[in-house]
Amino acid sequence: MTLRRRDLLTGTAIALVGNRLAGAEVIAGKLPWTPDAGTPPTPVKPGPWEYFTAAEGSMVEALVDRIIPPDPQTPGGKDAGCAVFIDRQLAGGYGHHEGLYNLPPFHDGSIQQGPQSAKGPAETYRAALAALDRYCRSQTGNDAGKGFVQLAAERQDEILRGLESGKIKLEGVDGEKYFKQLLEDTQQGFFADPIYGGNRDMCAWKMIGFPGARYDYRDWVTRHNERYPHPPVSIAGRPAWTPGKG
Amino acid sequence: MARKLPARDVAIVGLGWTGSILANELTDAGLNVVAIERGPWRDTATHYAPNYAQDELRYRIRHELFLRPAQTTFTFRNKHGDTALPIRTWGAFMPPNGVGGGGVHWNAETWRFLPSDFVLRTHLTQRYGAPFLPADMTIQDWGVTYADLEPHYDRFEYLCGTCGTAGNLQGKIQAGGNPFEGPRSRPYPNPAQQQPFGPTLFAKAARELGYQPFPQPSGNMSQPYRNPLGVRLGPCTYCGFCEWFACANYSKASPQTTILPVLMPKRNFQLRDNSEVTRINLDPSGKRATGVTFVDTSGTEWEQPAELVILAAYTIFNVQLMLLSKVGRPYDPQSNQGVVGRNFTHQTISDCTSFFDRSKFVFNPFVSSGAIGMCIDEFNGDNFDHGPHGFVGGGYMGQVQTNGRPIETTPVPPETPKWGAEWKRAVRDNYQSTLKPGTGVHGSMYSYRDVYVDLDPTFRDRLGRPLARITMDFHDNELKQNRFLTDKFAEIFQQAGAQRVVKEYRQGPYDITKYQTTHLCGGAVMGNDPKTSALNRYLQSWDVPNLFVMGATAFPQNAGYNPTGTVGALAYWSAAAIRSQYLKNPGPLVHA
Repeated sequence: MTLRRRDLLTGTAIALVGNRLAGAEVIAGKLPWTPDAGTPPTPVKPGPWEYFTAAEGSMVEALVDRIIPPDPQTPGGKDAGCAVFIDRQLAGGYGHHEGLYNLPPFHDGSIQQGPQSAKGPAETYRAALAALDRYCRSQTGNDAGKGFVQLAAERQDEILRGLESGKIKLEGVDGEKYFKQLLEDTQQGFFADPIYGGNRDMCAWKMIGFPGARYDYRDWVTRHNERYPHPPVSIAGRPAWTPGKG
Repeated sequence: MARKLPARDVAIVGLGWTGSILANELTDAGLNVVAIERGPWRDTATHYAPNYAQDELRYRIRHELFLRPAQTTFTFRNKHGDTALPIRTWGAFMPPNGVGGGGVHWNAETWRFLPSDFVLRTHLTQRYGAPFLPADMTIQDWGVTYADLEPHYDRFEYLCGTCGTAGNLQGKIQAGGNPFEGPRSRPYPNPAQQQPFGPTLFAKAARELGYQPFPQPSGNMSQPYRNPLGVRLGPCTYCGFCEWFACANYSKASPQTTILPVLMPKRNFQLRDNSEVTRINLDPSGKRATGVTFVDTSGTEWEQPAELVILAAYTIFNVQLMLLSKVGRPYDPQSNQGVVGRNFTHQTISDCTSFFDRSKFVFNPFVSSGAIGMCIDEFNGDNFDHGPHGFVGGGYMGQVQTNGRPIETTPVPPETPKWGAEWKRAVRDNYQSTLKPGTGVHGSMYSYRDVYVDLDPTFRDRLGRPLARITMDFHDNELKQNRFLTDKFAEIFQQAGAQRVVKEYRQGPYDITKYQTTHLCGGAVMGNDPKTSALNRYLQSWDVPNLFVMGATAFPQNAGYNPTGTVGALAYWSAAAIRSQYLKNPGPLVHA
């Protein structure tokens, strides 16, 4: 068999370990040891949107706040940082199908055969948000000309239910599929470690009583039917450990 | 043109469990061994440290420890006449990658198959008569018995430090263990792990219903352990980040925590990582392997000559390499002839979610290990009379809840909206008072004429090689089995006092996006007849005697257990045959 040398050189053959390039090595006569050989995660940087435009950003904030509405005990999707989480994920590898099989041909198949789209989530969000905005603005009546962000919460919920059930069709985008993806991304952002931008102050973990990254429960295995009392810990620690950093 | 490397005695493809075992055994026999591994070198302290190993998004959701489909994937279709499409992102199973292979991210559930599993066709035919089996079911005997494998199961368990309660010691049934298991020559090397509240409650209810529950055999350490190679493991901390993750505590049996510290420093061993074997090279007769060709991440192609070639990659990659290298006759489902690609199987998993009164029950689901749990085996294999039920096969079932990680495990009653205030409230209210095992019903999948692997005519990997194509669907036998088992399973949670038990039956068609287990089996199965098996009873290729093929690739059908215990036992069994017979007289170990 002839290897396609050009493919190899264009990078498809290069293995990614975390974000570092890994070269092939010959290892003999030792257990290899390199300090810090692994790849700790990089916490997201606060600040402006990395992928979304300002308009897209406020729209996603409005969306995630309906998917996870605020209540007196726990913030909603917006204040929990779910939009920031999605923005950073779309700007990163997830946004453009990094590591996935992305070679042609692309055909739609059965549900059992799984997603077959050539488009990554970043492209899908851009198209879907624009189409949703157009849909909202094209409505008549009291809300005529209003974008999703300007609508009352009840009306926003109605639209989301329409997308979910497939009753509302978006132009050029499968709204039902997109809503599923938005739901998944929002809930992942809510529950993932706060280093990724969502779950701010571990609010989602506090809500359910998940202790996070504690890693040692030996003294709790046999304490049956007794609520675990300690507060959650993130990969980045606890605010109380680094006073002043918040 | 490939660059030619100096010849080695042995070339091993893949350095996971079986590659590590074979490399250690054959270097002990004085051979010069090279292992060629597609993925990177990885080790506990450097690559999955306890300050960031517990990252659900990175490892569970984004699959960082696994093979990336960009590197290679498979195509899938339900039926012979359908057009297969590529698996673009993993779903039904998670192919491993890198040193340690699946041994890095498994749960460490370390079972033995039942004695009757190894002589399945003979046993079922004798008990129920041949017409009881579906006409297109292609189950067969393994060519090896439980008694043959017992010493090798024992070796693998003592390597791993498996924790459990024996149920059958030299034929004597032991209280608290699995009374259905085959006889063990000695107890487990370590006592069973302690059990959290959920499994304890399940076991009590199971006893009340007349079953004999026992702790799941676990490769998560119940105490510090020093294995026969002198490698030490530490006690499991029940961190709840085990399966899909690597263990940062040296508490989960893996090649890294049991063999590699001994293997890697040996002078007669060499590892090439980030190097993917693209074919097995044969001499002009096609009856002898001359070595392997591989390509490294710089794109350089290498030829590694070797006297003995051992395939130790993940199930389906072994099959793909044989097909690409033209070793053995490819299986043709139309004529039911040929052996490579035949008898391919997966698993039949289902679950129950049990909601308890939140004012009375607090489960702390995050306190768990990968192989935690209390199980029953009354409905596995042929442990019960299938006559009245009209199906064969079965599985163990248990409260084996391995985590409370919140992206994955925030169960809510099924009628709850998927989002909004009501969803949020339901997540909050049910998290601590719901039991949701990962693989509650761990059912078998038997083999069928129309479930197989071949090479895809359209889709190729990044190197231009055809992808392996999976043709698979559930059959009525397995769906019936699953309904029966799931109903029995639900009764136990009802007995345990659940207010509500939601059954999630496995339903057809087989869906490549829904995770079951990573236990793909078969495709180049072992047996006594070269017409229906690609390998003889020692895992040696019938066609190319200096080629041995490890792993679940050799299972003629899948049993109702996790496969790694049997995979490890078969590796030791094969290594013993190579050392004691093959090296003295290289050639076929069985004459058909």
